[in-house]
Amino acid sequence: MPKRTDIHKIMVIGSGPIIIGQAAEFDYSGTQACLALKELDYEVVLVNSNPATIMTDKEIADQVYLEPITLEFVSQILRKERPDAILPTLGGQQGLNMAMELSKSGILDELHIELLGTKLSAIDQAEDREQFKDLMEKLGEPVPASGIAHTVDEALEFADKSGFPVIVRPAFTMGGTGGGIAENDAELREIAENGLSLSPVTQVLIEQSIAGYKEIEFEVMRDAADNAMVVCNMENFDPVGIHTGDSIVYAPVQTLADREVQMLRDAALKIIRALKIEGGCNVQLALDPHSFNYYIIEVNPRVSRSSALASKATGYPIAKMAAKIAVGLHLDEIKNPVTGTTYAEFEPALDYVVCKIPRWPFDKFTKADRRLGTQMKATGEVMAIGRNVEEATLKAVRSLEIGVHHAEEPSLRAVDDDQLSDKLIHAQDDRLFYLMEAIRRGYTIDDLAELTKINVFFLDKLLHITEIETTLKAHVDDIDVLTTAKRNGFTDETVADYWHEDADTVRQFREAHQLTPVYKMVDTCAGEFESATPYYYGTYEFENESVVDQRPSVLVLGSGPIRIGQGVEFDYATVHSVKAIQKAGYEAIIMNSNPETVSTDFSVSDKLYFEPLTLEDVLNVIDLEKPKGVIVQFGGQTAINLAQPLADRGVQILGTSVADVNRAEDRDAFDKVIKSLKIPQPAGDTASDEATALTIADRLGYPVLVRPSYVLGGRAMEIVKKRADLDHYMHNAVKVSNDHPVLIDRYLVGKECEVDAICDGETVLIPGIMEHIERAGVHSGDSMAVYPPQSLSQAVQDQIVTYTKQLALTLNCIGMMNIQFVIHDEQVYVIEVNPRASRTVPFLSKVTNISMAQVATRVILGQSLREQGFETGLAPVSDMVHVKAPVFSFSKLNRVDSLLGPEMKSTGEVMGSDKTMAKALYKAFEAAKLHVPSTGNVLITVRDDDKPEAVKLARRFHALGYQLLATSGTASYLTDHGLNVAVVKKIDGGENDLLHQMEAGQVQVVINTVSDEEQAADDGALIRNTSIAHGIPLFTALDTVAAILQVRESQSFVTQAL
Amino acid sequence: MKRYLVLADGTVYPGTGFGAPTATVGELVFNTGMSGYQESITDQSYNGEILMFTYPLIGNYGINRDDHESIKPTCKGVVVHEVARRASNWRSEMSLDDYLKQNNIPGITDIDTRAVTKHIREQGAMKATIVDEVLPDTVDRLRVTELGKAVVAESSTTNAYPNPSTGPNVVVVDFGLKHSILRELAKRHCNLTVLPYNTTASEIMALNPDGVMLTNGPGDPKDVPSALPMIREVEKHIPLFGICLGHQLFALANGADTFKMKFGHRGFNHPVREIATGRIDFTSQNHGYAVSKESLRQTDLMMTHEEINDGTVEGLRHRDYAAFSVQYHPDAAPGPHDADHIFDEFIDLMAAHQVARKESKFNA
Repeated sequence: MPKRTDIHKIMVIGSGPIIIGQAAEFDYSGTQACLALKELDYEVVLVNSNPATIMTDKEIADQVYLEPITLEFVSQILRKERPDAILPTLGGQQGLNMAMELSKSGILDELHIELLGTKLSAIDQAEDREQFKDLMEKLGEPVPASGIAHTVDEALEFADKSGFPVIVRPAFTMGGTGGGIAENDAELREIAENGLSLSPVTQVLIEQSIAGYKEIEFEVMRDAADNAMVVCNMENFDPVGIHTGDSIVYAPVQTLADREVQMLRDAALKIIRALKIEGGCNVQLALDPHSFNYYIIEVNPRVSRSSALASKATGYPIAKMAAKIAVGLHLDEIKNPVTGTTYAEFEPALDYVVCKIPRWPFDKFTKADRRLGTQMKATGEVMAIGRNVEEATLKAVRSLEIGVHHAEEPSLRAVDDDQLSDKLIHAQDDRLFYLMEAIRRGYTIDDLAELTKINVFFLDKLLHITEIETTLKAHVDDIDVLTTAKRNGFTDETVADYWHEDADTVRQFREAHQLTPVYKMVDTCAGEFESATPYYYGTYEFENESVVDQRPSVLVLGSGPIRIGQGVEFDYATVHSVKAIQKAGYEAIIMNSNPETVSTDFSVSDKLYFEPLTLEDVLNVIDLEKPKGVIVQFGGQTAINLAQPLADRGVQILGTSVADVNRAEDRDAFDKVIKSLKIPQPAGDTASDEATALTIADRLGYPVLVRPSYVLGGRAMEIVKKRADLDHYMHNAVKVSNDHPVLIDRYLVGKECEVDAICDGETVLIPGIMEHIERAGVHSGDSMAVYPPQSLSQAVQDQIVTYTKQLALTLNCIGMMNIQFVIHDEQVYVIEVNPRASRTVPFLSKVTNISMAQVATRVILGQSLREQGFETGLAPVSDMVHVKAPVFSFSKLNRVDSLLGPEMKSTGEVMGSDKTMAKALYKAFEAAKLHVPSTGNVLITVRDDDKPEAVKLARRFHALGYQLLATSGTASYLTDHGLNVAVVKKIDGGENDLLHQMEAGQVQVVINTVSDEEQAADDGALIRNTSIAHGIPLFTALDTVAAILQVRESQSFVTQAL
Repeated sequence: MKRYLVLADGTVYPGTGFGAPTATVGELVFNTGMSGYQESITDQSYNGEILMFTYPLIGNYGINRDDHESIKPTCKGVVVHEVARRASNWRSEMSLDDYLKQNNIPGITDIDTRAVTKHIREQGAMKATIVDEVLPDTVDRLRVTELGKAVVAESSTTNAYPNPSTGPNVVVVDFGLKHSILRELAKRHCNLTVLPYNTTASEIMALNPDGVMLTNGPGDPKDVPSALPMIREVEKHIPLFGICLGHQLFALANGADTFKMKFGHRGFNHPVREIATGRIDFTSQNHGYAVSKESLRQTDLMMTHEEINDGTVEGLRHRDYAAFSVQYHPDAAPGPHDADHIFDEFIDLMAAHQVARKESKFNA
């Protein structure tokens, strides 16, 4: 059937802010879907609250609403836009949940709006545990024995019958939020309680554990004519028990005979047909490693993280096809965009192996619980393509950017055997490295398979890697051994370690023997048909397929896996840079390793190399492509860190020179610059050892801000208030050395703000100043920010503009830079200069209407700002106020303190825009799901420093009619200042203690600024964790509280007695 | 051990030997299935061919006792990118390497199979040899080597044998059958009699079967002329169902023509549309020859199925007789089960024919 002509206008719901379990993959799928619908001449209305995405660019949809994805706002937009239909299946769980809410509210019926893709009944059948079980029974598809529990007692009752372990899965949550495996009553009680409170329908599934089964996934598609097909199947390295988002995954399946593959394929197709999904669907299955028994674990009736991975793994654009199917097209009517000759009704055949490894945030959250289970914890992932398992795995390992270039973590050599086997059995994020260590110690792979239930096939691949290591060590400068190593994914650096040479020597040796990689195409059809996809991966083989274009080219380095501090914002900038390069007439080539992103969609660039972003891999591509130069400004710290080594090897870095980048990043050099310009900065110094650090701090006076040099996202940054704490920090938080000095600055209390600037060497364009709502001390990535500034005096703004101009010109910035300021007593101090695009680029680009990454790219390619129509100075502001608010994923991460500080903790952001500050703030809070009800109890626990300020805030809450609750210390202070405060009981596990009150819904807002180190007795972390677990709005900075009060006050009338 | 894959056009690919250490000559073809190597290697339609897999890792799950498609594999060689070091699957009984050694089939690994696949895609399937060393006359000798035309005779059973059950009586004419055909018929309780490829119509009629199955098999259908008069006679009286080579022979017998494809269809992601309903099945395929669409015009055959991408004739039905055929393998093994309903249609056809026969007897 051709496309539907009875609908004209379609609303697409995005996935909102990036959180663990719902990340950049939905920017990719949403962007694809909107573009596909536009291609078919539909009018597309998009709602998404996340400014950091390509999807929310003006040109992606006809109308882009950067508004909160809440019933209130989406309903308003529906009434205004009157679309004929909504496509909710490409915005993750958020999209589906919103669709359900809209439907329940009755607005869809009222306005005659149809849901495309997946019917509500199918969403229910797939997501409601009871209905799902019924459907599977009807289809004759096995599911693990399970029971539904609405209370903890029901959960315990089930486990009583089935025995432990049992798996708990809350209904209608994404990324397995709140789920877990319970081994006993106590664990089950805890997990079930948490899960029930997180489930919007207070329902959890308790299920017989099938831990140890092979975990297999099928990505399937179906159209309205009931044509159904499998795009990709995948096998998890980690057996059932670890969330697939936290598992190492291979595509295609590796250890299944065809009979098993077909059995599971039949099941997957039967399910998508029964659910009548028109679009994509993900089916997860568990297969007994010792029989044909299998179980259906889960079905996602929508495009998912796995489908993004499957799209990149096969080249088959699932989201684009799903959108077209949703409007009536059939699979055999849509051309396969990869081959251009065959139809979309085609099951891709791979002739390579794909390995995905998740990227976890534990390098930043060092105190977090690293154990893996049914709750996803990864923030991002990398994918690598190779011609065998070893190559794909090692390429993926070095793509992770966790400081290793091989599957070896040297620090594990010191681990004792007991700890080793404990870490093998109880998997953490680093289990792969423990496995490698165990194999090197001589554990047999059969023993390891017994311990871990990981298939011996995969373990044998790891064993093979260690065998190659041994051979390498025994055969220095042996080209045959090196060839084997390279074909199995070894880096020059690893070989150099074994040969006691440096990586450049190995490279030269290799090149002298013509041992260089070739690039093969990802074409969906294993070479059977001619394809023109510009999508390549490197391997060591016979024939190179990547033909170098005659046009001059520019290589853009992407930003690798999404992690805290380096999120989707950098992918946004990368994609825009590519667009500008193309418009300038060059061939734009991208290198990146992240399967979730828009930048790794092969249709974005002229050529995509899906490769690790290491020096060796980048040099290899440069050797082949010989680009005019490389752009590193948009790929975050990943790309910037490659600038120096690339330049050292004669590669042309476009934009700000490497020497000038270093002048901005090297503390001493930067000091000289800033002194010569007479720009004030907080007093500070650099220390290369503990003793110097203490001396410096004594001289500056406490509090001081300490951090390692060259970091992004404020890793290991701390505000230190006394000598003992600094001593502790130097010994525990950082490894200080001459190569890795520590920066120590006086900590100035004041307002923080930042600018992004674009400079061509003569003109300095400042698109905007962003004022932070939280004062200095909270990481800029975790601060709410407002544009244009609301409380900065003209004098301060002028100072900012002047300093920015001076710094950009003096540092010879060509392209982008970001500067952070603190304002203390009306004086502007420079805290930090980043000679590259920052995470605020998408937000500022959207609110100022200056496509910053494109402007900067044109500058980098030689077109001056004047030629582009820009003058030096601050760009004019509009009459709208825009607020950016951070979004956190604390509910997914145990033992991560939610107290905000100088270390970044947020995973995503939202934006709220309106005519007034209060309205914009309201939207930002709503979009961030920090909904403060108009009445209720406010619980206040603050540290001593904050008490005077807390009094003022408490008064304002009181004036609005809220009841005040406080822990004893805070309560007595507030009472002394004339406030009526109820003291909450100490947390003693008693029936009426605070935690129970919170669980019982008796607390509506939590304000808590007490860090655990200071006042453990106040149970700061416990209160914060409880509020996160129960979804109670939590504020850990008083400035944020003032902001929410501003909102509430603007919405209330003043009631005052005479 | 270093070995070489040498193509008739002179291209040489160095690799490493595995399987039997013998030299071999055959037509080099590629298969795009990502699993199912055991079924393919034991598929007698590969008789005379050197089988190359485009999926780079072959042997991952070993060889088991259940998934053989013939008793004795007859392909001439196996070309892979990487043969598994260690097989892992609960049913695995031996490694692929051991299996090929046992069956005296040479293999070559460490080949850039993607490069070779693209070469064949562009140049067409061609003769190739796997040898220990490349001598000055290796290519010339390869060029003049005549590949055997008696591949069907080699693959077919020489003696009739039964596979008794309680359902309809079906004669299976074996041109090099895959066990999966017998499995699918047995699953439907057919009482089977398997006869050699050169069985005559009268021998079949003597068994008074309810239906006749023409199986798959290797090589050029035009090399099996003996089957054509048999088919022409049998189709008039008894429901007939052809698969793969059986389909091509059914077409030839009814006056259509066949041709050699450039590189054939080998894999199991080929979408096939049933023209009457629009239904699309993903099908398992293994054929280097196909029925010419144009040649159908002057015949009593109509095209019932087509490959959606290149339009290959994938199914035929006789306008007057209860006879039909498909080019693909509804019996799968390896590959998707999407099309196994075709066997049900055969069962239904036999049942309907029985009823019609009884009625016509009654009316007479």
